[in-house]
Amino acid sequence: MEKFILGNLTWSSLPHEWFTLGGTGAFIALTIGVIALLTYLKRWKWLWKEWLTSTDPKKIGVMYIIVAFLMFLRGGLDAVMIWSQQILGAGNSPGFLGATHGYLSADHFQQIFTAHGDIMVFFVTMGFLFGLINLIVPLQIGARDLAFPFLNSLGFWLYLAGVVMINMFFVLGGEFAPTGWLAVAPLSELQFNPGVGVDYWIWSLQISGLGTLIGGINFVVTILKMRAPGMTLMRMPMFTWASLMGMMLVISIFPILAMTIILLTMDRFFGMHFFTLDNGGNAMMYWNLIWMWGHPEVYVLIIPVFGIYSEIVSTFAQKKVFGYTSLLIAVGAITVLSFSVWLHHFFTMGAGADVNAFFGIMTMFIAIPTGVQIINWLFTMFRGRIIFASPIYWFFGFVSTFTFGGMAGVLMALPPVDFQVHNSLFLVAHFHTMIVGGALFGIFAGFTYWFPKVFGFKLNERIGKWAFWTWLVGFFVSFVPLYILGMMGATRRLDHIDASTGWQYLFMVSLVGVIIIMIAVGLQILQLIVSIIQRKQNQDLTGDPWNGRSLEWATASPPPFYNFAVIPPVHSREAFWDIKKEKVKKVKYEDIELPKNTAMGIYISGFVFLFGLAMVWHATLFAIIGLVGAIGCVILRTFDDNTEYILTAAEVEKIEKKVWDKS
Amino acid sequence: MTKSTIQTHHKDHQEAITSDKTVFGFWVYLMTDLLMFAVLFAAYSVLHGNIFDGPGGREIFNLPFALSETLILLTSSFTCGLAILAVRQNNKNQVFLWFGITFLLGLSFLGLELSEFSKLVKEGNTWQRSAFLSSFFTLVATHGLHITVGLFWLSLCMIKMKTQGLTKGITRKLTLFSLFWHFLDIVWIFIFTIVYLMGAL
Repeated sequence: MEKFILGNLTWSSLPHEWFTLGGTGAFIALTIGVIALLTYLKRWKWLWKEWLTSTDPKKIGVMYIIVAFLMFLRGGLDAVMIWSQQILGAGNSPGFLGATHGYLSADHFQQIFTAHGDIMVFFVTMGFLFGLINLIVPLQIGARDLAFPFLNSLGFWLYLAGVVMINMFFVLGGEFAPTGWLAVAPLSELQFNPGVGVDYWIWSLQISGLGTLIGGINFVVTILKMRAPGMTLMRMPMFTWASLMGMMLVISIFPILAMTIILLTMDRFFGMHFFTLDNGGNAMMYWNLIWMWGHPEVYVLIIPVFGIYSEIVSTFAQKKVFGYTSLLIAVGAITVLSFSVWLHHFFTMGAGADVNAFFGIMTMFIAIPTGVQIINWLFTMFRGRIIFASPIYWFFGFVSTFTFGGMAGVLMALPPVDFQVHNSLFLVAHFHTMIVGGALFGIFAGFTYWFPKVFGFKLNERIGKWAFWTWLVGFFVSFVPLYILGMMGATRRLDHIDASTGWQYLFMVSLVGVIIIMIAVGLQILQLIVSIIQRKQNQDLTGDPWNGRSLEWATASPPPFYNFAVIPPVHSREAFWDIKKEKVKKVKYEDIELPKNTAMGIYISGFVFLFGLAMVWHATLFAIIGLVGAIGCVILRTFDDNTEYILTAAEVEKIEKKVWDKS
Repeated sequence: MTKSTIQTHHKDHQEAITSDKTVFGFWVYLMTDLLMFAVLFAAYSVLHGNIFDGPGGREIFNLPFALSETLILLTSSFTCGLAILAVRQNNKNQVFLWFGITFLLGLSFLGLELSEFSKLVKEGNTWQRSAFLSSFFTLVATHGLHITVGLFWLSLCMIKMKTQGLTKGITRKLTLFSLFWHFLDIVWIFIFTIVYLMGAL
């Protein structure tokens, strides 16, 4: 009976080691703090009604970004632990806190390694991107909401359920997957990992992946079906285009991830033999499947960011983007090519020279459209009057890091070179150059650029520039040593380095870089705080603080919940640029149909979360409750016809007056 | 035009847009689902030779049996089409009739599939025996699970239709159901070809 209710969960599995207890304590303190603050400020009802149950993409976008930022701190802490262990565990120095070397046991080190990778990719970069896309794409295409506002809310809550699941072992104990961020088979099979760690990994990614897939479908339909009259595909702003491409990738690859994880689940739960070593399983199939998802996935992270850079370069060079069509073809080519390179992640598999040569050449091909884009951006700036605001600093940083990292990538695309640096820190350095110097810098740029649109005031420019320089310097100081170390043969996931290697000083240099990056993140937090305090000085009353060119600047900052009182006319690629040149006409308001708020997204993902957690611990009863509850809620929602309401023209007029009268 | 007709017109227009994007969104979903099946087919293709001392396809597949399953599912797709025609004509009785037949055919398909599974399990050829059987069971059962969801969905729509009649909402849900059902039919044809026909050869 106890087995039926609680499964494998017992008292002894609850957190008891110092590191999990530290996490547990931090989580409990944070939760109590938030609850106390909300109760003290009497904000519960406000939070529930205005935010948690909202179907407004702008609010969901803000929630995505808040969660992603919190996870960024958590993933960053993991990174610091990895680095400090590598320093402290070097040579013959004795370990402490129960570890043989340094302060982390080998197993714990591997768990942190997995958590860092998964959190940074799934919950930080993806979270930030979905946040920005939610905030900006509907505005850019002149839409009032998304095609499926409820599904958007559901997608966010499933993402959050995944976030909570990956942190669950701080609460319920057990362990996390010590398998690397992709939980590659056969290591992730029951034979080698009988604990709950891999199951936490499975359900965290499965649930958040479902949310991502739903979000992807939603944005594809939104962009294709909800554009303002006159906005043809070839008039869409670059960020919308890039988001569309990114979301097309999402809907093409996340089914692969979902099914691959399901197959792994089948192996672990039902004793099947897809990826096992015995009974005819094929572990290399897991590698193929996971990278068929995984390689396009890194393009999901970077392609929308290309769009952000295009917007920023064009705005701050005060010119329209150079070679719109060629830029578009380049992004499209990258999107398509990303499907044909997955095997370069395991050239060492032994697929033979011909297969390796094909994938190596395809990989090098990707450098061509990427180069086209960089040249497009440079030509956009050529003879422009560049305004050196902080967003464009991030762009300059990106050009240097991305070109640098991209060349390392082309180098590794050569199979013989890859055989040397496979699984080494050279690869780690390359990947981080692309994702930190490419995607994350772009996210920071986009965040700074669109911040006034969302909150109505600009971020402090001076601290922003400090943060940029600190980030850039810290980035190179921490990652260039990793390139060198990789060349010298240091593999990744080392929790202990022998003294005879002589690598320690390079790890030390790298750690200095990490400390500089920590200062940079501190500056970013300071920037946010200072900006909030000084919000009156940096207020944006026009709705167009940067002299922008696309439609998101055509409405007030922050935009009213219906985005546009009157859907703006679109006659060219730079719709708002046209509007600014025209004289303001008297507008006539009309009734607006809007989605109602709903808590169903919270309930459904709550039940799905319960189901996942019960599956981790094999707790049959709760699994049944979770499944039945989720299905029941879906049915209730599907047969609910009363999901929209009408905002009358008179009310719109009243709100518009209030919004614009501030100025 | 009076004010109310303008409003009705406005409402109809809105309905058309919603219906349009819902159907389109559903198509996109179907494509993602198809990709999931693609992974299963790929896994089956890789693993179908890995029988590991267990039986191969030739020993366990019964072609006439699989053919009868196929014919039943194809017929249900046909009656589903007739039901949608009846929906267009707003003929409630015929809708019930044809969807009723669709439901029964779907149910008997499911019954046949389960009997095949139970026969295999009784003979000791479970999904744990070999990679081939793992991939076979997962692929076919995933299709079966979809059929179950479809039947469940259809019966809910029928119950709702009984009380509310053919409202716009129900019509839309039935349209989506028919898309889903035809989609499953196509997937089954691939299963029949790749798993049963090619396996039995």
